Amino acid sequence: MTLLDIQNLTVEYPSRHGVFKAVSGASLTVEPGEIHGLVGESGAGKSTIGAAIMGLLERPGHIAGGTIAFKSDLISGLDAVAMQDLRGKKISMIFQDPLTSLNPLLTVGEQLMETISLHLGLSQNAAQQRATALLERVGIPDPALRLRQYPHQYSGGMRQRVVIALALCSEPDVIIADEPTTALDVAVQAQILDLIKDLARERQVGVILVTHDMGVIADTTDRVTVMYRGEVVESGTTAQVMGAPNHAYTKSLIAAVPRPQVKLKRFSQISYGGRETRFAIEDIARNWTRVETQADTPLLSVRNLEKRFPIAKSIFPGHSTYLTAVDDVSFDIMPGEVFGVVGESGSGKSTVARLISGLYPLDKGTVEFAGQIVSDPRDKAAVMQFRRDIQMIFQDPYSSLNPRMRVLDIIAEPIRHHKILSGSALTKRVHELLEQVGLGAAAAAKFPHEFSGGQRQRISIARALATQPRFLICDEPTSALDVSIQAQILNILKDLQDHLGLTMLFISHDLPVVRQMCDRVAVMQKGRLLELQDTETLFAAPQTDYTKELLTLMPHLEGLSDEGLDI
Amino acid sequence: MSELQNTLSFGNRLKRTWNSDLCWRFRHSPVAIISFAVTLLLVLSAVFAPIVAPYNPFDPGSLNLMNGFTPPSTPNAFTGDQFLLGTDDQGRDILSTILYGMRISLFVGFAAVSLGMFIGVTLGLIAGYFGGIIDAIIMRIADIQLTFPSILVALLIFGVAKGFTPVEYRDEVALWVLIIAIGLSDWVQFARVVRGATLVEKNKEYVQAARLIGRSSGSIIFGHILRNVMSPVLVIATISLALAIIAEATLSFLGVGVPPTQPSLGTLIRIGQGFLFSGEWWILLFPAVTLLSLALAVNLMGDWLRDALNPKLK
Repeated sequence: MTLLDIQNLTVEYPSRHGVFKAVSGASLTVEPGEIHGLVGESGAGKSTIGAAIMGLLERPGHIAGGTIAFKSDLISGLDAVAMQDLRGKKISMIFQDPLTSLNPLLTVGEQLMETISLHLGLSQNAAQQRATALLERVGIPDPALRLRQYPHQYSGGMRQRVVIALALCSEPDVIIADEPTTALDVAVQAQILDLIKDLARERQVGVILVTHDMGVIADTTDRVTVMYRGEVVESGTTAQVMGAPNHAYTKSLIAAVPRPQVKLKRFSQISYGGRETRFAIEDIARNWTRVETQADTPLLSVRNLEKRFPIAKSIFPGHSTYLTAVDDVSFDIMPGEVFGVVGESGSGKSTVARLISGLYPLDKGTVEFAGQIVSDPRDKAAVMQFRRDIQMIFQDPYSSLNPRMRVLDIIAEPIRHHKILSGSALTKRVHELLEQVGLGAAAAAKFPHEFSGGQRQRISIARALATQPRFLICDEPTSALDVSIQAQILNILKDLQDHLGLTMLFISHDLPVVRQMCDRVAVMQKGRLLELQDTETLFAAPQTDYTKELLTLMPHLEGLSDEGLDI
Repeated sequence: MSELQNTLSFGNRLKRTWNSDLCWRFRHSPVAIISFAVTLLLVLSAVFAPIVAPYNPFDPGSLNLMNGFTPPSTPNAFTGDQFLLGTDDQGRDILSTILYGMRISLFVGFAAVSLGMFIGVTLGLIAGYFGGIIDAIIMRIADIQLTFPSILVALLIFGVAKGFTPVEYRDEVALWVLIIAIGLSDWVQFARVVRGATLVEKNKEYVQAARLIGRSSGSIIFGHILRNVMSPVLVIATISLALAIIAEATLSFLGVGVPPTQPSLGTLIRIGQGFLFSGEWWILLFPAVTLLSLALAVNLMGDWLRDALNPKLK
């Protein structure tokens, strides 16, 4: 019997700019024991479907058409009271952020037992036993002890397990998981996905897994529905949709996924929908003044970097406790090389970037750029020249541009600061840069909020190129972007490296992306540099256990269509 | 380039402003429109008092003592002159004195808030951005000042300043001393809000990007962060304006504010309350109602602005 049957669902958000259709005419079904993936880029309406099933659409959003049936009972027209009865009991939900979906002031046990007694009407004792059993089932060691602890005493992955346990309290028939692993590290992500898979098989629960991550879809789901701008473009078994996609959008989406097994020359650009944005690398290259460097001496040398952050400050220095974020890290980066740094969150990889760029003061060690020590802030001349020669592209395109400044001023700032150009020549240069990154000169008069995430990252790139730097630090430049935009931005970075000979420090937690981008890779764990290898060697024959583990945990993406790949 | 010109043209900008979310919310909020209209009416009539007011209350030539205590809209028993809001003991037209008095009140209010805002925003930005010992010193001073009611602080500053001023200049500088006293008494809330917002903003990546370019702390604070913390400041400034007008009225009512030669709304109320029990109610009532409507309208506007700039509060 079909658990959940959605037919021609349309969700509308009326606003003063007209009615926005978040979902139009979407149909999908979920069978018991089946994991149904809902995939698409941001704004595709996939989370909206989840919210519509739960009756949790944010006002003024409402179901404008179609039906949702649960075990052949129509639930799309139910009132708030009837819906509340169903919600949590028969259908439960797992949210993206485990930190905000648990109450920090109640112990995990209290939260679990409250939910259990509410839905199953068990006594205090029976509820406690059940809660212990549930925690054990989701893989939390020492469940009896853990029940008495508060959410902050759990790690991120553990919290998400608790959230799953909470969703299981009422023995639901359907679980809607909305990006359940997006906030987690790869290692933890793999464990959580395995848990969801096991639960679906064992309890015959139907799962809707909402995600933007093709890797998660390929490794976890049985069936998949691909959405684009509120519409279902393709639907079928995972093997079929991933291996032999029919729709042009699915093809473009799959082609844009970075592959862990093979290094591509460029990401294929089967574009769909939105117009292709040009990146005029030839124009940039023509006006670029290259600084000739000896190919055999390192451009950047880092020696014995160390950085400690105070955790508990005390007026007596001996009583303060510190976290050593970066511990004795040394490496060289050759001219024209793309040097990758990978690691899980908290491994110190971003701190390394900030130490090199001088955003954090060093506790120990030196940074040498083009033969000159640049880590001593007293040497003003060296630091000033270094500032011109390095630029950084940040992770979050929404916070890396000042929201109250016009794009013109954002890009002009480094040029003005280094007194390279001024007046109309400056304006002309900014317009040129904007033309070259594919946004057009008219963008100069606008504010950052008028652009999408990918366009903002292009503005960041224009700003980084403004001083004609020799060294570019990319700190997770694409992890906040959709997969097709990620492919565009990574291609731009490849172009910059090929045509301008830019040297790059590329920081990422995403191993497939690192494989595509980097010549050499450093693996970091807990502030230490574990392993430094050529990329291909690292992926083929990892030396340390930690690297091996990281490689086994990354999504394998087997059975993905190879159509349109530039191998 | 034509597209570029188009985006920059004045008409286009005006249209975009009109269609912006803030303007749209304004057009759809009766409270906002009414309070804005009342404020505008009062401010304009105060600014143009010499043109709008029927008499000049400071011109002794236009006064007729026989007109004293004329009730509102009733012909005077001796001269037959009629006044919309009546006259005071010396025969001055109440409407005119209110209009001229409001000028003083508004001037003091605006100037005091600007001063408080300037001090508070600057100190808040510095405290939030640099943190550590600078932050601790600034914010402890703020905390200490908060332990006294602000009107007491203003009285104290006013009293001390008066003690240091030579007698012959007192009346001349009284207005400025009043502005400084009120301004210094309300910088704290600006500093607190700006410090909080700065703590959030300084960790954003655009600040790191500016530091990476090599910009100095000063240009990052005033060039980058300042414009991002201005919306809460605007809200506080509006509400502070109402409070400053009331503070000025309170001080003037207590007799320590502006000299009697430049009567503000507070002074008018003080004079008026002496006549209340002898039956001349209008001398007190009309200045009081004006003060009330001015403060209320500005306050409601501030409330609306806060909701409109931060819709999540609702």
